[in-house]
Amino acid sequence: MILKYLVEKEFKQLLRNPIIPKFIFVFPFFMLLLLPQAANFEVKDLELCVVDNNHSPYSERLVHQVTASGYFHLSKVAGTYQEALASVNAYESDIILMIPPHFEQDLIREQEAKVMIIPNAVNGIKGGLGSAYLASIVGDFNRDIRAELLPAGQTPKLSGIDVTRIFKFNPKLTYKYFMVPAIMVMLLALITGFLPAFNIVAEKEAGTIEQLNVTPASKFNLIIAKLIPFWTIGFIVLNICFGVAWLFYGMLPVGSVLTIYLFALVFVLAFSGLGLVISNYANTIQQAVFIIFFCIITFIFMSGMYTPVDNMPHWAQLISDISPLKYFIQVMRLVYLKGSATAELLQPMLALLSFALIFNTWAVLSYRKSN
Amino acid sequence: MENQKLLKARENWTFFMAFVRKEFHHIFRDKTSILILLVMPILMLVLFGYALNTEVKNSKIAVYDPSRDEVTRAMVEKLLINNYFILHKVLNSASEAEKAFQSGEVSMVIVFSDHFYENLLHGGYAQIQLLADGSDPNTANIITSYATNILSGYQMELMKTGKIPYLIKPEIKLLYNPSMVAAYNFVPGVMGMILLLICAMMTSVSITREKERGTMEVLLVSPMKPLYVILSKAVPYFFLSLVNLATILLIAYFIMHVPIAGSLFWLIMISLVYIFVCLTLGLLISTMVETQMAALIISAMGLMMPVMLMSGMMFPIENMPVYIRWISDVIPARWYIEAIRKLMIMGLSFSAIIQELSVLVGMGIVLIVISLRKFKIRLE
Amino acid sequence: MSKRDPIIMPDDTVILAKDLTKMYGEFTAVDHISFDIKKGEIFGFLGANGAGKTTAMRMLCGLSKSTSGQAWVAGYDINHQSEQIKKRIGYMSQKFALYEDLQVWENIRLYAGIYGVPEREIGTKTDELLHRLGFESEKFTLVKSLPLGWKQKLSFSVAIFHDPSIVFLDEPTGGVDPATRRQFWELIYQAADRGITVFVTTHYMDEAEYCDRVCIMVDGRIDALDSPGNLKKTYGAKNMDEVFHQLARGARRKA
Repeated sequence: MILKYLVEKEFKQLLRNPIIPKFIFVFPFFMLLLLPQAANFEVKDLELCVVDNNHSPYSERLVHQVTASGYFHLSKVAGTYQEALASVNAYESDIILMIPPHFEQDLIREQEAKVMIIPNAVNGIKGGLGSAYLASIVGDFNRDIRAELLPAGQTPKLSGIDVTRIFKFNPKLTYKYFMVPAIMVMLLALITGFLPAFNIVAEKEAGTIEQLNVTPASKFNLIIAKLIPFWTIGFIVLNICFGVAWLFYGMLPVGSVLTIYLFALVFVLAFSGLGLVISNYANTIQQAVFIIFFCIITFIFMSGMYTPVDNMPHWAQLISDISPLKYFIQVMRLVYLKGSATAELLQPMLALLSFALIFNTWAVLSYRKSN
Repeated sequence: MENQKLLKARENWTFFMAFVRKEFHHIFRDKTSILILLVMPILMLVLFGYALNTEVKNSKIAVYDPSRDEVTRAMVEKLLINNYFILHKVLNSASEAEKAFQSGEVSMVIVFSDHFYENLLHGGYAQIQLLADGSDPNTANIITSYATNILSGYQMELMKTGKIPYLIKPEIKLLYNPSMVAAYNFVPGVMGMILLLICAMMTSVSITREKERGTMEVLLVSPMKPLYVILSKAVPYFFLSLVNLATILLIAYFIMHVPIAGSLFWLIMISLVYIFVCLTLGLLISTMVETQMAALIISAMGLMMPVMLMSGMMFPIENMPVYIRWISDVIPARWYIEAIRKLMIMGLSFSAIIQELSVLVGMGIVLIVISLRKFKIRLE
Repeated sequence: MSKRDPIIMPDDTVILAKDLTKMYGEFTAVDHISFDIKKGEIFGFLGANGAGKTTAMRMLCGLSKSTSGQAWVAGYDINHQSEQIKKRIGYMSQKFALYEDLQVWENIRLYAGIYGVPEREIGTKTDELLHRLGFESEKFTLVKSLPLGWKQKLSFSVAIFHDPSIVFLDEPTGGVDPATRRQFWELIYQAADRGITVFVTTHYMDEAEYCDRVCIMVDGRIDALDSPGNLKKTYGAKNMDEVFHQLARGARRKA
């Protein structure tokens, strides 16, 4: 009974707040629409600077093949290494291809020639992938030339290992399919975990929480009443996310939506528990900001949202193991892209359930009606 | 007449310092916050530098190798040498691959065709399929590239029965980042974010807190000009941000061995400009909202998130579609981070950052004008 | 004795305190105070800021745990049965604690509901209350638009809406003019007439005159406890202000 009045009050306050309702519905759109466009580690359109000291038919053909590949855009043709370097310094070029003076002659006469690939490696991925692409184009060019130069039928044996790449679940390697499920989870976390925490701390600062603490309303009622509006909103936002993902990205879950709802339920329980714990320990909004920011950095970033967990050092992987986000993101991606069956989902479910239990117990135990 | 002016100026200064001292007291009384505030940059540096790695290694793979002959075994061994890959599972049938992917155990499954060496020797032809989990496109791309490169390298070795005719050997030399440590990338981003957090977010929250409590009016009726009241709120955060800036630079340089290859002087100069821009952003936000929560939400979502995502800190700007790049151009952090990258890591001189500097200065001026005008309006 | 049973208190006593103490580390905020308060009394806790009045009150309300000593409120032990106490008391904090972003009737409804006033009665009782206070026109006003004096009256009314046996008021009249303060005390008298015991802390000495009995706290101790009339006689003072000055000359603590 008491719960009814408390929940009523929470909803009224929330809906009357000038900022929060707008934010709650605008922000997800913003994140889902803009972020996947921005969040991209793909490497393409690299600016190539060519230093061709050979000026032979072969060298020109090589350059042509490189630029025709679509990965590279010829930003500059330089005469010397220094010029090329300056171009990289000026941020005009990302990578340099240097063809030495006797390239064609060396290739024909000595049967061996060199080229130099010099990437700007300030961005590690760009540097690595850029040089790999360039090397593989050089390799393709090499094969073509070899086939032309060798008499017919004399192609060396054992050139017959055919390596093919097949990308499952996402054949075109669309980065958005990777990001969108993760963003949904992040939004849910923000709305159901951190917003209630701020809400409670704001009441602490305003002093109104004292008036509630002096009533016979139990800890349990006070806490649940605070959470219910945010759970509701979280649920609504999740559905909006589904809609946006379908409308703008044509993404429909390969697996069952019910699975997602089920996991969302447990996840929200777990994460709002975390938010509650935070709100019990922060006494001012300023403190809450810092603690929550800290949590965002660790939990969200380390959950495999942007960078794969497998690549992290061991201690970082341990931290990601205690992030509820990691498990839910895993599940989201699984269901959206792979359509998983129950067996694979068991472990994440168990993990989320234990989080829910631990965080909520902690929250209830640490909430003090009196000090 | 002159004396009076001087006296008034001195009076104002004393008041100003009193307010500043009060602000410092407020902040320092909150020990938890201070602790977190000073620890945060360290934490972020560690995280971004060591954990949030875009390098790909230790990827778990599975292998289906029906023939298990010397060639296939040698190939698998070669793949495993450099720790790019870890053999997680050996599969007994190709259909097991699906399950392995579903459970997320492996990022790639390598499938060798039947009677591999036999076919190669007699028919001149054999196949390897690299099945990669495309749900993580970046990793999939990179690991298949690695694997392909390693396998073709092995192919070359196989053909040791004589020199390989007409071979072009590419030699790769990396500029500026010899060990390809991703940490370098993130340090400028961390700097941009921490300074934004402290100067914009905390300042706006601090000013709105006074508004909420109603104590703002008390301050405003004091003999000091309202502008100085606001400035006094910004000063402590200014100092805190300097402390954090120094901390970050020290850690990056001494512990993470990130170079400060360019001019330290200009590094500090542009940081000061950026700090100023952030402080005015905080001021602007505080003129727009009434409550701390609102200030928080606007600065967190309106500033921090776009900065993290679109400033070039985590994701390269060049990959972004044009309209996102426009947004990114409006974010001060984007210019700051770029300038820092140029100064710190690429060791470029002042002339390289003229554009960034002028953009930031321009933003600062525009922002302060808007904020002051809004602030005056609120007063009336 | 189960958690739910009250003790039987001697003749009409509603609050009984014995050596109640609160320490924060080395600092003694409330120093072994003892007193008893009878039903229907208006009991004042006087003292300078920092004397310990608010701390004492918060212990009685169950907002703060005592370091040592005992007290019973409405028959229940503050150390072990504070949730029972909360059902039977009303509280008005020093800092205004109603929800500024809710309307007047919404605040009333919230607390009435929490304290168990049956839903069908809430509406009518609200209208009656607003009529008595002369607030009818403000029923749908957001509380933040009310002037301070009205906010205080509203807080008080919310605190006694559910007819508690005791109401605790912590410096209820700060920041308003004497006329508004007198109006507020009218409300207190009306409540006392209805049988509600009023426990009020204040640092306004003239308000002490309105109480049936007052106790004066200095440095966490009770230095005097009697009716205003008797105190004035004992200390040969014209008014409570003088009484207080005589006592406070020995005081070391001032906030």
